[in-house]
Order: sequence, then C-alpha cells, then structure tokens
Amino acid sequence: MASWQRFKREHQWRIRELLFTLCLMRRNPSAVAGLAIIAVMAAMALLAPWLAPCDPVRISLSERLSPPSSAHLFGTDELGRDILSRIMHGARISLRIGVMVVSIAGGLGTFLGAVSGYFGGRLDNFIMRCMDVVLSFPPLVLAMALAAALGPGLNNAVMAVAFVMIPKFARLVRGEALAVRQKPFISAARVSGAGDLWIVFHHVVPNCISSVIVLATLVLGDTILVASSLSFIGLGAQPPSPEWGAMISVGRKFLMDQWWYATFPGLFILTTVIGFNIFGDALRDILDPRIRR
Amino acid sequence: MSEPLLSIENLSVRFFTYQGVVRALEGVSLHVEPGEVLGLVGETGCGKSVLARCVLRLVQDPPGRITGGRILFKGEDLLKASRKRLRQVRGNDISMIFQEPMTSLDPVFTVGNQMAEVVRLHQRVDRRTAAKICAGMLEQVRMPDPFAVLRKYPHELSGGMRQRVMIAMELSCNPALLVADEPTTALDVTVQAQVLAILDELTRKRGASVLFITHDLGVVAQLCNRATVMYAGRIVETAPVERLFDSPAHPYTKGLLEAVPTLEEDREELAAIPGMVPGLVEPPGGCRFHPRCGRVMPACSRRVPELFRVRPDHFVACHLYGAEA
Repeated sequence: MASWQRFKREHQWRIRELLFTLCLMRRNPSAVAGLAIIAVMAAMALLAPWLAPCDPVRISLSERLSPPSSAHLFGTDELGRDILSRIMHGARISLRIGVMVVSIAGGLGTFLGAVSGYFGGRLDNFIMRCMDVVLSFPPLVLAMALAAALGPGLNNAVMAVAFVMIPKFARLVRGEALAVRQKPFISAARVSGAGDLWIVFHHVVPNCISSVIVLATLVLGDTILVASSLSFIGLGAQPPSPEWGAMISVGRKFLMDQWWYATFPGLFILTTVIGFNIFGDALRDILDPRIRR
Repeated sequence: MSEPLLSIENLSVRFFTYQGVVRALEGVSLHVEPGEVLGLVGETGCGKSVLARCVLRLVQDPPGRITGGRILFKGEDLLKASRKRLRQVRGNDISMIFQEPMTSLDPVFTVGNQMAEVVRLHQRVDRRTAAKICAGMLEQVRMPDPFAVLRKYPHELSGGMRQRVMIAMELSCNPALLVADEPTTALDVTVQAQVLAILDELTRKRGASVLFITHDLGVVAQLCNRATVMYAGRIVETAPVERLFDSPAHPYTKGLLEAVPTLEEDREELAAIPGMVPGLVEPPGGCRFHPRCGRVMPACSRRVPELFRVRPDHFVACHLYGAEA
C-alpha cells in the first residue's frame, strides 16, 4: 500500500495525462465509435467459443445453404455450417493477422524509412530502390509468390503480407523524415552532442508517429483483405478454419442465389476496417500535443 | 596574449550548387579569447551563420564543403576530429543557440523531456536528478515556476520563453564557448532586452566565451568586447567595440555606422550604402566591397587586401591602410 502511494506521488502527472487522454477520448465521438467497434470485435474474438451458437466446423448437409432464420441468424454455407458461428471464430484469425502484419510491417517500415530519410544519400537510394522493387509487383501477386515459397500456413502468410506492406510505411516515414531532418531542433540536438541513431529514434520517429498510426489503421484493412485472398487459394488459413476472407471468396460463387454467404463476412470486414480507421484518425488528433490543449 | 579559446585560421567554405560554386567564406580568420564576447556583424548573406555552423561542423555536405583552413578549439583542430570526439565537444565544450526559437524545440516532447535529454547525454544521472538540474537551469534564466514549465510542450510557451529554455538547455553542461546565431532576431524588442540580459549575466557568471552573431549594431555595442565585421564572405575589420564605433577604419564599417539612426540627430533620411550585396558565385575581384566603395582605388579591383594592423588590436582589410597608401 505504501509503495502504491509512492508510485502514485512520483508518477502523478503521468497518471493525470493518461486520465486526460481518456477524458478527451470520451468527448470525441469518432474515437468512441471506433473504439466501440474494435472492442466489440475483440470481445467477439476472445469469447467466440462461448458466444457462438454452434460449432463452426460442424457439417450438417441437410441444412446446406439455408437462408437466415431464427436457428441460423446469418444462414448456413454450402456444407450447412452456421455462418454466424464461423464469423465469430473467424474474428480470432482475421484480427490476429491484421495486428501481427501491421506491427511487423509498421515497425520495420518505420525504421527503414526514418533511417533512409534522415541519412539520405546512397543509403537512402539503396533502401528506397529496394522498396520500389517490392512496390513494382501487385501486392497480392508478390504476397502469393512469397507465401507459396514459404509454404502454406497462417504464419507464413502473415510474413508474406507484412513484407509486402513494408514499403507503404517506409515511403511515408521517409517523406516525413526528410522534412523533419531540416528542422532546427535536429541541429539543436546535434549541437547538444546527440549521435545520429539517437536522433533517429528520439526525434525523427516520434515526429512521424502520428501519420504512421493513421496509415496503420488503413493498412490493417488492406491486410485483412490480402490475407483472406491468400486463404482463398489455400496459402493462408487452411480449409476448415473460418477465416473471413476465405468465406467471402468461397461465398462469391453463391452470391447470385445465396446472398447471405458472402455478405455477412464482408460486412464484418467492412465494419472492422472502418472501426480501426476512425479510431486511428481520432487517436492522431488526441495524441497530437498541438491540438491537445 | 594567452592562448585563444577558439581560433579560426584561413577558413574557406564553398557550396557546390547547380548554379555554380558559392564561395561562402574565403580565408576567414578570427579568434575568441577565454571569457570574451566577440560580436560578428554583417549583412544578410555575408556568411555569418555559415561560419557559426562551421565551428560545430554542422555544414551539410553536400552541398557545402570546408575547403581549407583550421578551426582550433583549445589547440585541437575540430576539422580533423572524429565523429565520436565531435559528439563529446558538442554540448559539452561548445554549444549553440539558433535564430528560430519557434522551431528549435521538438514539438512532440515536453520541455523537461528535451532538457533532461541533453543533460543525460553528457552526465550520468538518473531521471530525477536530471529533472532537478533542468529546473535549476530554468530558474537561472528567470523562468517563473520551472517545474510547471518542464511539463509543458513547446507550443505552450512564448517565443521569449522558448529562447530562454534554449539558453538554459545549452548552458546546462557548462560549455566553454557558446555560439549564438542571432538569438534575438525573432523576438520583439522588450523580450530581446530580457533575453540578452540573461545571456550576458549567465555567461559572465560562468566565464564562458560567446561568439555572438547578429546584424544589430546596438546589441553589439551593448554586449560585446570586440567585434568583427564581415562582408561577402570575408572579414573586413576587427576591433574592440568602443574603437570600432568611435573610429571605424574600413569604408564599409563607416557606411554601416552611418546607416544607424540616432536619437540626437534629426536626419531626414538615413545614409545608405549604394548598390547591393554581391552574389557569391562570381564575387567581384580584389576587394569585394570595391564596386560600392566611395574611396575606391585602382588597386582595389586587382588585389585582395590583407588584414592590416592599424592599432595593436585593430585590423582592417583595406588598401587605404596598406603600404602604398
């Protein structure tokens, strides 16, 4: 108890800042909406085994392709599996892919971009030309080739998609870094005896982070789509696992007559992506010290 | 004379651009004694800031390159120093204040964060001690409520406050030399006076030398011991401040001083030096001031005048004071 008191006293203003951040969030409707969507999706993913009305892989051929009803809220697929349950379980896979890809690609891309923009010259040229090579392929095709080379499986698909997404972050951060490195505070830091890498991590990266957050939310949407396309051709999530994109891809065949098959997973992808987007947008405003107070 | 703290010998800097080679500095020599405030005056674009940046090796290469000369700090040639050594020198022995207080602080960190950063780069202290040192520094620049200021972001401070934060930050490691590149240009006059007073007091107390760059002759008169006048990348005159103001020797310095308005005289129009500052891609041959000079002689366009000594501590680069005059 005493140590908690001390902790509280020492970090008092940090705690206050945190509370202030939460308070700002509550006042910002898009932050609340975005966060609510993300929370619902995350809760759904975490609690899927208990929430789902049916077993997501239980096949019941007698009920195949039945339209939404009270027994199957979102209908069933061509093997009679309950689509609602599959969507709930699918959230675990899709969200995990999204978060993993964005953190890997965001981390590496930000680092490469910051280094590239800050140091400039040959290093910049080298890194950016490598990024151009990656960008010159259609993202899906490259991800497909990589995933195929690495072998089927969810982790390999994640790595393949992350690799494809790196240039997006690298290019964005490089542009910002080019602007940041001209700022007097960089000279000021150098004058105070700071080394180059130190400046990159302590000044360049933090100054770019707000746009990275927004891009991350956008890429998250892309990622879910690309990863699901990989699942469709059998390189990502393996067949019985109910990945959203894979469900859409299969459901596409039935779109004319059984609209519910592809529509519901699609709606969930859409909602998730929108949730992350508006939350990211609001987060940028809230965390920006210039708008904050 | 004791050994100077900083001595710049024959420094030349060129910028290689598409429009040609800009000769930003040519054969510039000056020295700063320990505890001295040296004013460096000149018009916009005459190379003052480039000189300041050279001292800390901040000139971007490319396009800029130091093509000759030496910069000796306590006898050590900074142009030959390793990167590691330079990092030690920067901040610890020499620090610099920039013209733009608005952007010299990183907008995404609090003031305390950035100040502690500087302290911790050079001294092994924990976070709390660093915060205490920073607050102490802020107190010395007469910042009210220093602990509150430490938690503020730069945009919450006024220009004068920010410049005071910069001064506090740059002096926190007790540098022997402070390079101040027009520290008050962006501030309004009353704040200027405050900031200058603080700078003066603190450097005096610590016995630090200052290389003070400005185009404000009033500030030079008030603050500096000696002053050096630059024109188009060269030094034209160096003298103790009283001497420079009482009996300037170079025609350019005379022109500058005549262009300063005074309270006593009631002049209709201020005197101006005719013509424009020359471009530094193809500067005029010989003395660079000769096309605008009222006392031009044939020798002026032919030969570069060296620094002639007119008094033991007064040097002028003008043929008027040469052997043949």
